[in-house]
Amino acid sequence: MKIDRRCFLSLGIGGAAGIALSPLPWKLADDSAIWTQMWPWTPVPADGEVTYVKSACTLCPGGCGISVRKVGNRAVKIEGVEGHPVNDGGICPLGLSGLQLLYGPTRVKTPLKRAGERGEGKWIKISWEEAIAEVAKKLGDLREKGESNSVACISGSDKGTVPSLFKRFLSVYGSPNFMRMPSIQDSYEIANSISLGFIAQSGFDLEHADFILSFGSGLIEGWGSPVRMIRANSSWRKAGIKVVQVESRLSNSAAKSDKWIPINPGTEYALALGLAHVIIRESLYRNDFVHAGALGFIRFRDLVLSNYSPDSVEKITGIKKETIEALAVDFARSGRPVAICGRGHGKAQSSLGELLAVQALNALAGNIGKEGGVFAVNDPAYIAWPAYQVDEAGAAGIKKERIDGAGNGKYGLAKSLTNRFAGAVNSGLPVSLLFVLESNPVYSLPDTKAVKDAFKKIPFIVSFSSFMDDTALNSDLILPNHVYLERYEDVPATAGLSKPVVSLARPVVSPQFNTKHAGDVIILIAKEVGSPVSDAFPWDDYQACLEGTAGDKWKMLNEEGFSSDPAFTAQAVNTSPGKFDLSGGVADLSILFTPVNLEGDPKAYPLLLLPYDSFRIANGYIGDPPFVIKTVEDTVLKGKDILVEINPATASANGLSAGSYAILKTPKGSARVKINLFDGIMPGLVAMPRGLGHTAYDNYLAGKGINVNELIGTLEDPASGLDAAWGIRANLIKA
Amino acid sequence: MKEEQNHEKAKQFGMVIDLDKCTGCGACMVACMAENNVPFKEDESKKLDSITWLRVYKLTNGKPFPDTEICYLPRPCQHCGGKGNHGHSPCVSVCPATATDYSKETGIVSQIYTRCFGCRYCMAACPYHARYFNWWDPVWPDGMEKYLSPNVSVRMRGIVEKCSFCFHRYQIAMDKAYYEGRGELEENEYQTACTQACPANAITFGDLNNSGHAVHELKKDKNAFRLLERLQTNPKVYYISSREWVRRAGDNYLKTEKK
Repeated sequence: MKIDRRCFLSLGIGGAAGIALSPLPWKLADDSAIWTQMWPWTPVPADGEVTYVKSACTLCPGGCGISVRKVGNRAVKIEGVEGHPVNDGGICPLGLSGLQLLYGPTRVKTPLKRAGERGEGKWIKISWEEAIAEVAKKLGDLREKGESNSVACISGSDKGTVPSLFKRFLSVYGSPNFMRMPSIQDSYEIANSISLGFIAQSGFDLEHADFILSFGSGLIEGWGSPVRMIRANSSWRKAGIKVVQVESRLSNSAAKSDKWIPINPGTEYALALGLAHVIIRESLYRNDFVHAGALGFIRFRDLVLSNYSPDSVEKITGIKKETIEALAVDFARSGRPVAICGRGHGKAQSSLGELLAVQALNALAGNIGKEGGVFAVNDPAYIAWPAYQVDEAGAAGIKKERIDGAGNGKYGLAKSLTNRFAGAVNSGLPVSLLFVLESNPVYSLPDTKAVKDAFKKIPFIVSFSSFMDDTALNSDLILPNHVYLERYEDVPATAGLSKPVVSLARPVVSPQFNTKHAGDVIILIAKEVGSPVSDAFPWDDYQACLEGTAGDKWKMLNEEGFSSDPAFTAQAVNTSPGKFDLSGGVADLSILFTPVNLEGDPKAYPLLLLPYDSFRIANGYIGDPPFVIKTVEDTVLKGKDILVEINPATASANGLSAGSYAILKTPKGSARVKINLFDGIMPGLVAMPRGLGHTAYDNYLAGKGINVNELIGTLEDPASGLDAAWGIRANLIKA
Repeated sequence: MKEEQNHEKAKQFGMVIDLDKCTGCGACMVACMAENNVPFKEDESKKLDSITWLRVYKLTNGKPFPDTEICYLPRPCQHCGGKGNHGHSPCVSVCPATATDYSKETGIVSQIYTRCFGCRYCMAACPYHARYFNWWDPVWPDGMEKYLSPNVSVRMRGIVEKCSFCFHRYQIAMDKAYYEGRGELEENEYQTACTQACPANAITFGDLNNSGHAVHELKKDKNAFRLLERLQTNPKVYYISSREWVRRAGDNYLKTEKK
């Protein structure tokens, strides 16, 4: 057949029309649409059997129970455990993001030894045997030279078996320098020590209280055990229980309270004394508890009646005297009122005066050791290890004064004053070797420059961090710990709880990298150092130590995941009437109750910089994982710029406007910041969040914003040695 | 298609969020991201392209110090039933690819990622900004892909995604119920990830049509309201606030108008 033009065209057009009418083009279009969504780099998560592992979260001192969903051997989601006495199913943003830490890029994958300069980030991989031998040799040499007391340890906590093993190691080795990161519990311990006569932390039975008076505590923003506090808040809402928040800035806790009372920052102690004045004047206190005849009460009464009338307190705090009178009556007339202090998350200390003034309110209300009140909580009682033999070198070392001065002379009441650590090292006290356990002091301690200088003076720093955090980056040797989802560990939750709970962290997945349990590492180091240190560690490994320590509670811990058995978790504390000494046995009460004189000349620095804590910015050992930093509002962090909160009045007085850049200057340093206008902050204040400005971690966190610790310093409370600084003088200049 | 469903049996899954209890902690946002394989980028401070199926907004009453007040408002997809509750949700009505659909069985607005070709009409139509576009392919740092859940497909560049009321949890719960010979779910068998995580118990989730479910009563609270109710989108997310200014913030009222 001859194919002419006509035939060719009709075949072509007919064919095209035929194909167009067939399903083919549509099928192809559909396939190509699907194909463009099936790129090989789009992950397809593998399916598998779904199981749940009960464990405990260690990311903050809260001690929540978690349940981790696994698909095959992968952990895919963390959820709260229903029925757990701390969190009962609830969970916080940080706890939910734990898997980003487990599988994240910031893990230290194997023991590392510094190769370049400190902080340069150049490392060589070494084996565990080499690493442990190196540490043991350094320790042995120091001990031989009689310098065992120049070894120190900074730990995130001093509770639980792992910190206790480190403490035991130092004690038998011959160093008193086991320190824990500062928190409001340091202040509560000293206050309890002088008003009750023994060292104990404070716990609050908030679920049964019927009036909450908070002196700047971030009740629903991470104070105490965060999830438990939010649950308590919901129960207060339901029961119509009144919450009063005293704070100079409208924090979330203030916003959610029934009454927000703005106060001149740092004058909380004066308000508490003013309230005590009204309560004593009107005889509203519980006589059976404070004993009107007790000497301590008489001295306290005379002081507040003569110096802290509502009139004079109004001048100090800026709160109207009518408000003070009414608040005092409301508080004292409630059945089970409770007063709480510790700013924000409670990770910073407060002055002893503030603590005693607030605790005096609790004592006047007679709620110490009572339902709905304040309890003195001893450390969990289950760690009872056999006594150990100390040799002469060890005994000589342990008797020496601590680097931070705690336990000696005017600091006699303190257990740990890590806030003084940097200053002490910079003033020439020798530290030759430092262990850093589950903490990030280079980042989290105030006055970053002083801390960095102190670290430069320490010749050998060993980090046990699982992550390349700011302190690990500035260390000489990293012995990476398993992440909590890879290890067994007892997790005592004590933060603000009236009845402590011990939970068990369990390996959800097998260790992802060449890491080792810090408990095992310290036992191995002890064995390598030799007798008598090794004799104090009779356990084969950490697991044997943990199971032996828990004893007959092990089975229950393993099955239930937690224990709240009082015999296991805490010793009973005697708080019989009259024991409470309102004047704390302090000879001169006026030392206690003086306003903190912030650093800086008021003329050069007319404003006040106030660090604040946010639920969405983790500021402890752990920095924000990618999910959590994603939830931070663009009025706090924009690109790499941090925004500071100021009142519109402050802005117009300084020629600033929303979104403009400014230089924030303090006596400690300066930083470029952006301005966020917020009506809820008192004029004259500048608020900056804690937890940003990391130099280490991954690209999702590092280099974003400013670390507020670079701009603030410490101020020693003359009565106790605690850090009393709640801020610093500052200036904002248009950039 | 003719709907031959027993209206009595049709479910209307919905939420009641108590703003008096909500503390703005952000746990719901993170629970949602972790449950649904939501991606993240290095910089998430440009909120317009930051994918948050559930976003917590911060509201203020606009008054100067010291009368300022703050309230937080979590906003998932509102799963609108549309005017008259016939399933004509704003987004469903405009989707040319039938990638998003209204389920008469559950009242859930679905999103089928492989059907979506990224025209973003639905984003323009949604008055709640509940929909997000993937401008980039998701990238997880080396090793982090291990935590991805097989229950929710990973999305890719060029498509729209949004809150599904954790529909995969409904499917898993229904599978289990069928396997056990039941046709109905107990209230606690199907709960969204945000509801489960909320430390304040501010979110209550359930079948709005089922008088045995807590949401059925809660939505009738005198302080309950919905967002932009006057658009008649008929959302299935209710809010409760005892504060009048918060309730007024839920819609665009004239100053003189009463709520």
